[in-house]
Amino acid sequence: MNTPTVSSNPDRPKRLVMQGITKQYPGCLANDSVDLDIGVGEIHALLGENGAGKSTLMKIIYGVVKPDAGQLIWEGETIRIKDPAHARKLGIGMVFQHFSLFETLTVTENIALALGNEADDMKALAEKIRSVSARYGMALNPQRYVHSLSVGERQRVEIVRCLVQDIRLLILDEPTSVLTPQEVDTLFITLRRLAEEGCSILFISHKLNEVKALCHRATVLRAGRVSGACIPTEEDASSMARMMVGDETPISMDYDKVQGQAVFLQVRGLNQRSDDPFGVDLKNINLDVHAGEIVGIAGVAGNGQEELLAALSGEDIIKNHDAIHFPCGPVGHLCPEKRRRKGLAFVPEERLGRGAVPDMSLKDNALLTGFLTGLIKNGMIDHEGTESFAKKIIKQFKVKTPDSGTHAKSLSGGNLQKFIIGREIMQNPQLLVAAHPTWGVDIGAATAIHQALIDLRDQGAAILIVSEDIDELFLISDRLCAICDGALSPIKPTPQVTLEEVGRWMAGMFDELLPDEKTPEANIVSLQSTAAAVKTH
Amino acid sequence: MFLKLVPRAEHSRKMAYLSPLLAGVLTLITGGVFFYLQGHDPFFALKTMLYTPISDTYGLAELCVKTTPILLCAIGLAIVFKAQVWNIGAEGQLLIGGLAASALAVNIIEVEAAWAMPAVMLAGIAGGALWALLAAWLKTHFNANEILTTIMFNYIALNLLIFSVHGPLKDPDGYNFPESAMFGDASLLPILVEDTRVHAGILFALLAVVIIWVLLARSFIGFQIKVLGLDASAARLAGFKDKKLVWITMLISGGLAGLAGAGEVAGPIGQLVPQISPGYGYAAIIVAFLGRLHPVGILFASLLMALIYMGGEMAQIELNMPLAITGLFQGMLLFYLLACDVLIGYKIKFPWSGMDTVTSRAEQH
Repeated sequence: MNTPTVSSNPDRPKRLVMQGITKQYPGCLANDSVDLDIGVGEIHALLGENGAGKSTLMKIIYGVVKPDAGQLIWEGETIRIKDPAHARKLGIGMVFQHFSLFETLTVTENIALALGNEADDMKALAEKIRSVSARYGMALNPQRYVHSLSVGERQRVEIVRCLVQDIRLLILDEPTSVLTPQEVDTLFITLRRLAEEGCSILFISHKLNEVKALCHRATVLRAGRVSGACIPTEEDASSMARMMVGDETPISMDYDKVQGQAVFLQVRGLNQRSDDPFGVDLKNINLDVHAGEIVGIAGVAGNGQEELLAALSGEDIIKNHDAIHFPCGPVGHLCPEKRRRKGLAFVPEERLGRGAVPDMSLKDNALLTGFLTGLIKNGMIDHEGTESFAKKIIKQFKVKTPDSGTHAKSLSGGNLQKFIIGREIMQNPQLLVAAHPTWGVDIGAATAIHQALIDLRDQGAAILIVSEDIDELFLISDRLCAICDGALSPIKPTPQVTLEEVGRWMAGMFDELLPDEKTPEANIVSLQSTAAAVKTH
Repeated sequence: MFLKLVPRAEHSRKMAYLSPLLAGVLTLITGGVFFYLQGHDPFFALKTMLYTPISDTYGLAELCVKTTPILLCAIGLAIVFKAQVWNIGAEGQLLIGGLAASALAVNIIEVEAAWAMPAVMLAGIAGGALWALLAAWLKTHFNANEILTTIMFNYIALNLLIFSVHGPLKDPDGYNFPESAMFGDASLLPILVEDTRVHAGILFALLAVVIIWVLLARSFIGFQIKVLGLDASAARLAGFKDKKLVWITMLISGGLAGLAGAGEVAGPIGQLVPQISPGYGYAAIIVAFLGRLHPVGILFASLLMALIYMGGEMAQIELNMPLAITGLFQGMLLFYLLACDVLIGYKIKFPWSGMDTVTSRAEQH
């Protein structure tokens, strides 16, 4: 990635100044007298972990949330932003992490909806979209329907929607989490050009290397307060991480890469049609996970991860039973409970409302999947056994909670995830499948979770990790691959792959490597996705 | 601004228990105002409704008789509602239970063996369970909303019952009245207390309370039912079979409602008549929520609901009020309960309490 070409200039005129912003939510002080200023043409990073108060702060700028105290000064004038429409009028645009687009409408129609009365002439608008997107290097066809666009392209629609208006401040909420590394580079080129033209950009992220590459200044939030401000090019990643997490938390380490032993999970020619019209069909998935190794699957969200995970967990039953094999035989036809009996443990993507029941105690949540470990006797629950199982998880995985009677929903994301991973690991699985194990988790908990996964691997379990966080996959996986449009790239030992290669896999460019194993249908599909990927770069 | 509702950081357990009591008090106050507007002394009227009916042994015995069917239906509903399966059809299941029990009883009038009564009860359970399973089948196979199907089945059940007492089950020696023949003594539920109508049905109901309590609190099936109700995708992830659980819960609740129906025809009534339930199955829905879906809570709520039924009759006799007063009180109770339940998740912020109360509460967490 390139370093920013424009150096920071503290004397540039201010576009937005925020002073003493405070916002109280029930049981949580989201922003505690936060000060922030953004200059004209400046790319300003807002750094912080999940729950640090970044989202609240930008919702206040965009008029979605009203601050309890503090003031906003917009281009020299103190103002109150009434609502998002008012914010847009001032020239503030926002790209949310979760897109707000109508899938059944075209690009032009979607943008016209946001503009309201200003967008009376659709032809002129389409022309404007075309010219704006070309000017900023974001290829976009105004006539395409949104459901046919890739995630990266949808993000462009969101950005272009802001650009067709007179934009003075663009807010981007974790924009790179849905992009491949190559798409990230393209986005950065666009943002730099915008900034050179005088647009201010507030870039919200927790990825330090991206902030270093793009941003002129950074403000770091921790637990609702400003914990530091810096010029990213003058800092290194670990000094910024310290500002984010504080001094007491250990930050990442390196793990040995190992080779696995016998194959535990064997997936052969797994084809599965999705019931969901916007779902992804799995196409001829072949995958081996050996005992004593971690295999990582990278990929941009919505490329078949959910479908693959459901097929592996048993939530979806596979028509071709032989497609999924454990050492004991085919398991494609078995329900989740039977697969668990044969050594499977599973950590789903959503921890509240799937991995754990929000309104149940940790004790009951321990029983949720732990019931196979002898906690049920003659159909009756062994309450004492369950209690001590829950306490063992809490103790061993250092879950911060008053006691095992606490409801799952009152735990922080990181603590609940430690509990869920602990619950699965304590059942001594032979195969652990984990989706996004550290998504939205603070760095301290993430480190603890990584260590627990490595320990489980060293005890001889086969582990499959699906994640959108490439850094995480490089850190803990012994072998790596990527999923794109329901097809799996070749799997290579982690030390032998580069970030660029994984990026190409995530964009679907891997068909040339396995010509003989593919069905004709799969070939067409991967050709199409390759073409799409090539077109977008 | 007047009062403002502010979401609580966590649901209040205290409020969950206080809410039914608060709803009861508000119902009494509104009822009193209502009586006053109708020209009655509110205290005397409320006493007539809620104390006079149970001021003697006979009244207490009648309270048991009325409580029995309500409790049986409500305890069954507790288990389906826990699974978030909305069986609104306890009334229909009760009617079909009564019909099935009668169909057997009128054919064994001559039988004096001890198996007659249990057989009649089992017929009632089977009838109610079958009626509920129809809705379960429609839900699991066609994804038909059980709220709609069970309500519609209530009307089918009522008309089936009316057809039967006018047709196949009508007493041939009954001077063409729409009634079945009186059941044989061996088919009737034994009287527990002499000179009253308290019958063995109340024992079944209390037994059901204990069994459902154990089922929900200690058994793995009960745990699965609770998980399914709270978080269906967690249940699927854990491998609990949601369709099977729908079948089981509907089977239990339908069977208990059917038993309630059988208990009515083979208990205080002694024959099949067109009017075997003044809406016990509907009242049981209110009872189940008023009792917080907890067996003990439901026991108390059933007693209260039975009292309201008796009070309505007493108000009719003593105060010349229409019988609709029963429905009025039931409705008020449900209305206030739902209103008070808002306070479980929210707290009232008064205009004179500023930011500081919110902040101080946040600091406690």
